[in-house]
Formats: sequence, structure tokens, C-alpha cells
Amino acid sequence: MKTKNIMIVGVGGQGSLLASKLLGHLLIGQGYDVKVSEVHGMSQRGGSVVTYVRYGEKVYSPVIDEGEADFIVSFELLEASRYVSFLKPDGRIVTNIQQIDPMPVITGAASYPADLVEKMRAKGVQIDAMDCLKLAEEAGSTKAVNLVLMGRLSHYFEDIPESAWQEAMEAIVPQKFLELNRKAFALGKAQA
Amino acid sequence: MKELMLGNAAVARGLYEAGCAFVSSYPGTPSTEITEEAAKFDDIYCEWAPNEKVAMEAAFGACLAGKRAFCGMKHVGLNVAADPLFTMSYTGVNAGLVICVADDAGMHSSQNEQDSRHHAIAAKVPMLEPSDSAEALAFTKLAFEISEKFDTPVIIKMCTRVSHSQSVVETGERYPAPERPYEKNIPKYVMMPGMAKKRHPFVENRTKSLRTYFEGGIQSYTANGQQVNVPVNRIEMREEAEVISPFAKHIGVITSSTSYQYVKEVFGNSVSVLKLGAANPLPDELLTSFAEEVDKLYVVEELDPVIEDHCKSLGIKVEGGKNVLSVCDEFSQNKVAYAMGEKPPKGKELGEEVPVRPPVMCAGCPHRGVFYTLNKNKCTVLGDIGCYTLGAVAPLAAMEMTLCMGASIGATHGFLKVSDGDAAKHTVAVIGDSTFMHSGMTGLANIAYNQSNATVIILDNSITGMTGHQQNPTTGYNIKGDPAGKIDLEALCKAMGIQRVRVVDPYDLKATEEALKEELAAEEPSVIISRRPCVLLKNVKFAPPLHVNCDTCIGCTNCMKIGCPAISMVTDENGKKHARVDETLCVGCKVCVQMCPVGAFEGMTEEGITYEN
Repeated sequence: MKTKNIMIVGVGGQGSLLASKLLGHLLIGQGYDVKVSEVHGMSQRGGSVVTYVRYGEKVYSPVIDEGEADFIVSFELLEASRYVSFLKPDGRIVTNIQQIDPMPVITGAASYPADLVEKMRAKGVQIDAMDCLKLAEEAGSTKAVNLVLMGRLSHYFEDIPESAWQEAMEAIVPQKFLELNRKAFALGKAQA
Repeated sequence: MKELMLGNAAVARGLYEAGCAFVSSYPGTPSTEITEEAAKFDDIYCEWAPNEKVAMEAAFGACLAGKRAFCGMKHVGLNVAADPLFTMSYTGVNAGLVICVADDAGMHSSQNEQDSRHHAIAAKVPMLEPSDSAEALAFTKLAFEISEKFDTPVIIKMCTRVSHSQSVVETGERYPAPERPYEKNIPKYVMMPGMAKKRHPFVENRTKSLRTYFEGGIQSYTANGQQVNVPVNRIEMREEAEVISPFAKHIGVITSSTSYQYVKEVFGNSVSVLKLGAANPLPDELLTSFAEEVDKLYVVEELDPVIEDHCKSLGIKVEGGKNVLSVCDEFSQNKVAYAMGEKPPKGKELGEEVPVRPPVMCAGCPHRGVFYTLNKNKCTVLGDIGCYTLGAVAPLAAMEMTLCMGASIGATHGFLKVSDGDAAKHTVAVIGDSTFMHSGMTGLANIAYNQSNATVIILDNSITGMTGHQQNPTTGYNIKGDPAGKIDLEALCKAMGIQRVRVVDPYDLKATEEALKEELAAEEPSVIISRRPCVLLKNVKFAPPLHVNCDTCIGCTNCMKIGCPAISMVTDENGKKHARVDETLCVGCKVCVQMCPVGAFEGMTEEGITYEN
């Protein structure tokens, strides 16, 4: 099989590392070769952050380039739009609609573009946009946004059974937050 | 056991398995996790040293005493440690000594894009260059064997994409390192001219032997009596089935590290590849014979043309190298494809101006109050390396120079010595606690000794912040979080001869400004310690988030001057402009409250953010 590519994007500090950890564990368990590439250091301080998850029979490059992503999972709307050029023609964005103003917007040097979901759709981008913050809160904590997104993403992995996702959650999520995260995952999945 | 492992964790695993007993490092992205992961093994003594030079000397001492030792750092850290490195090349080692340096092509978190391979060549020590986690693990174990066999320190060169990528490794058990008790050997270990003169030919001969070793044949390490082969330099000839046309030119690519992964990603087995796992010394015969096999030769390497220039010095014709691939920035599969005449895929264009999102100081960051005050007082600020380098970013825009660890203090002295007396009334050096320990103390000694009227601000946030919270000599804890020695910054500065040393809380803007004005006015050197723990530390208790009373707020945007990511201006349904606090980000530091002329912020507690020592 050809290598599949998932990008996880967001704002530094939003907790995207847990999502990539979960996917890594899940995909290794399915017998794939996997590479996960993260960014540490300065950009974690509220900057735009990207994690690459690649899997297939044999994965070489640790990064995903323009025109290659099957999925972009985004924790923040502006960040989803930033990486549109990385999508494959038939790729899909699964995004939180939360908006976090970057510093140029805060200082007034730029403005946060309006109607980004509609604009992306108008360019033919397939996009699932959800209020993950609200769903996470419903599950019990705003910190569970990553599991809401994973739940929605799981919808597109027909060949990976629900039980494998559950097992990955058990392995990755700390025990005391497990129930909350399972709930967040289910809520995300139900958004289909 | 097979598992997904970060490149840095794989190096740490290699240290564990190879029986390494001692690790001393200074944190630096992208190398930090090697030492953090190594510290999780009880069998390895691990520590954070004050800087890379001290770390490398400590590792040398441990190897001298007969234990396998290691020291890790980022590329610029190797500059700091270059002094011991260049002479350790002459002394050689007793037990194995491995150094890891992590380059940062693309400058994800660095001040320059230097290529560490030059250090290995200049210091005449072997350098291995893994291209994924499995190689990082295997090469680390092999490095100890090479170190002991050839009597040399060995460098493992990582880069951001190998250090911070997880890929599949197969772990093994820890095996005992060979016994090598310390023996007095003055001609080998005392590098005074007469003895160093005799060691230099040894170094030259060692490089020749290593070059032969890397030519081919078998490189291996011994674990529990078993020989394990590790092919360092290898040729992967193209598979005829994958070559599009039998008449197509035979393309050959010489490559290494993560560049190898990009080449394989683009071409699979349709081109022939010489994959170099040793960056120094390069195998002359292997390069020449490979070049002879192919019709058209590319050299694909990030940063400087080290392999390419070496090939050219051997008379090898390189058709594609730095003429098609840049010296600047990191590579990717598309960049490599484009350079080698392929058409990489292109994605959709949104056709929308997407504002950039540069990193910012966190909400509640204690550095914010200091930089706001410096900006307000129009100070000339010579800065340093850390989270607080973000003090250069708008709207704070207070930092005017950042060079290397410690340069804030060193440069401020020189700046003041040649400027008129007025400069001392508005010039300050700003440096973090860990950076001060690393390289700031000697700069302060220069100020105390040669007497410039400098004002130095030490931002003491009780941690090494940017690299992800490592302890340092001022925090009172060691790498495992256990109580350790604690250097008293006030006492230290005073002991160095600085009479004016004062501590200020940067959340208190008035007190911070007062301290700044007084110390700038003083006719002698002074140190202001701005003390507040990093807001991300576990012992910091957030206060409840604030909110804005929209009726009170006059929309003056004064609170926007501190550049807090939690505060933005919004226009309500009545068209009234007012400030808004993002309650998911606000931690209640109350700095914004001090900016507001009308008291529009509400919900703050008396004590604000608290912390336990």
C-alpha cells in the first residue's frame, strides 16, 4: 500500500502530542510501519505547530510535504487553513472551529479571516468542522479536544475496528482521565 | 521488543544497552530528550551540567576513570565544548566516550544553521550520522566500540528530523561494558607541547585507520559475547524492475541522514544509493567505486557541501549537488524531487492571506512585565538565549541583540566602554537564570573587574524554560527532581564584586520600573534579579481567569501593549470596542490590571498566582 499521511496542526500548548501518540500506537498495532514527526522547542510557545503521522508498508520520510496529506486534523481553524496546500486533491480536513488570535491579530497588524470553513469548501476542500471545545466540555474537560478530533477521524478508518482505538486510548491516556476521554472520542465519532 | 521510539530516546536506549554509566549534558533543542530519557534508567548516572564544556569535561573524567560515558548537546553547544573536544582527540579515551550533537537545519529552535560535520573534521574525530531511530540505537552502541577500539571520542550527529521523529526500533538488553580501570599515563593524558607533539601523528594515523574501517567490510559491536553487525556505509543498487526504461541513465545518489529518507521517498529503488552512516572520515574508495558504477551522480546532503566537496577533491564528477539543492534550510521530499528533475505534487491554494502565528510569551509569563517596562523606558536591551528572546517580538519589541549564550552581559560591557556616559542610563543586559549559569557569570566577572557601569537583569524563573523545564544550578533540584545544591544568585553576584544587587517581582510593574530607573541611574554596575517561577511549572497555582467589564472598558487598548495572548479587542453588537479575556488562556497574573486606567478587569484574587518553593 502507498504511504498514508495525517497532519496534526494547532497552536503550541494545545496538546497535539497526545493525538500523535495515540495514532502512532494504534497504527503500529495494525502492523504498519509508522513514523511520527514532532516539533519541540520555541514554536511550542504559542506558535503554529505541526505533527506528521505517516504509515504504510515502508515509510521513509518523516515529514509530509505539499499535496501529500490524506487528512489534516486541526485544533484551531486558522491553522487548518494555513495548511490547505498540504492536502491531497481528495484529502480531508477534520477541524475544531475554535479561533485563537495570533499575535499579529492581537496587535491589530492583521485580521483573523472570516468564514474560513466556507472559503475552504469553496475551493473544493472536504472539511468536517466541529465545536470540539463544546463537545470536550460536554465530555468533562476542555482538555479533551484531541479525543473529540480523534473520534471524528476514526470514522474514516473503516478497516480499523473500534476496539483497536479503545485499546490505544487505554494504553496512552492516563487511567484517571480514561473515561472522560472515551466519552470525548464517542462524541467526536457521533458527529458523522 | 519492537516499538515506536523518538530518535533521541533511541540514543538514550543505546546508552543503556551499551552499559554506559555516566551522562552529563546541557539541554538544547533538539538534543534535550536524550539526557531526559537516559535519566529514566537507574543504571545510568545522569546530570545537567552548567554548560556543554563542563558536561564534556565531566564525561571525559568518567571515561578516564574507566566507565563508558556520554555527553549530549545541540549544534551551538558543541562550539562551547569545542575546547575539550579538540584536545580529547589527542588524548583519546580510556573507556568509551560518545558525544551526541543535534543540528537544527531549518532553525526550528536555534540562532544559526551551522553544520556540525565541520567540527568532526576539524577535531579529527569520527562522526556517525543515523537516519532514523533504529540507526540511532545501533550507531550509539557501535560508537562505544569504535571509541574503545580506535582510542577516540566518537560523535553521533543527529538533526531535528531524526531527533524528533518516532520510528520503529527493536530494543535489546543492557550488556556489560568491558572493564577498563584507570591507569596513570602521563604521556597520553597530559597535553603539554612535548607530549601533544607525539600524539598528533597518532591522531593522523587514526584517521587513516578509520577511513579504511568505514570503506566497507563489517562494522560491529559485541554484546554479551555476541557480535552484532552494523552496516554504517552501504550501497543499495537500483532494482531493474523499478527502472522505468532500460535506456534510462543509471542515476546514483550519495546521501546521508534524513536526506537519505527523502531520496528513498521520491525514488524508491529506481536509483542507486550510497548511504553514508559515517560523516567522518569519508570512505574514498567506496565513493570512487560507486561513482564509477553510475552514469549520473547526485550528492544530496543538508546544509554544507561536505560530501560533495570531498568527492570533488577525489576527482569525482558530481552533476547534481549544491548547484540544484540549497545550502540553506532543511530538505523535504518535494525539494529533493524538484532538484532532481521530478514533478512534486502541488496542493490547493486557498487564495487567502493567513496571518502568521509566531511563538509568543505564554499568558502569565513573568518575563512580560520586565520587557514591557524596558520598552516603556526606551531602554537599549542586549538580550540572550531563552524563552525571553521573544521579548524582541511586537508589541514588546524590547530586545535589540541576541547572539549566543551569555553574550548579553559580555556585549553590554563592550557597548558601554565605547559609548558616552549617557548610554549607561538606558542600556541593560537581559539574561535568564540558566543562561547566566551557563555563560553569564564570566561576563559579569568582566564587568566587576573592568568596571563598566552596566545594569544586568537576571530573569530568574526557577527553571530552564525554552527547552522544556530542566533543572539548573539555581533551582535546588537535580535532573531526577531530587533536592540538590542551590547557587544563591544574590550572594554570587555580590561575591563577584557587584555591590548593587536587588530582587524584584516582575508581576509588580511599578516596583519593576522603580528598580530599573534606580539601577540605571546608579554610577556603578548593578544586578536586578527579576524573580517569578515560569507559569508552566507544576508548583505554580493559577489564579481564576479575569474578565472585562464591558461597560467600564473604554477601549483604550492600553492592555494590548503587554502582548498577552489571552487579551484581544472585540466589537460588541452595539458597535462598542472593548477588551476581551480568553478564559481558557488567562491564568490571573494581573499584569493587565495594572495597565487599565478605568479598572475594567474583574475577577482577580488578592494573592493572584501563587507558588510553593
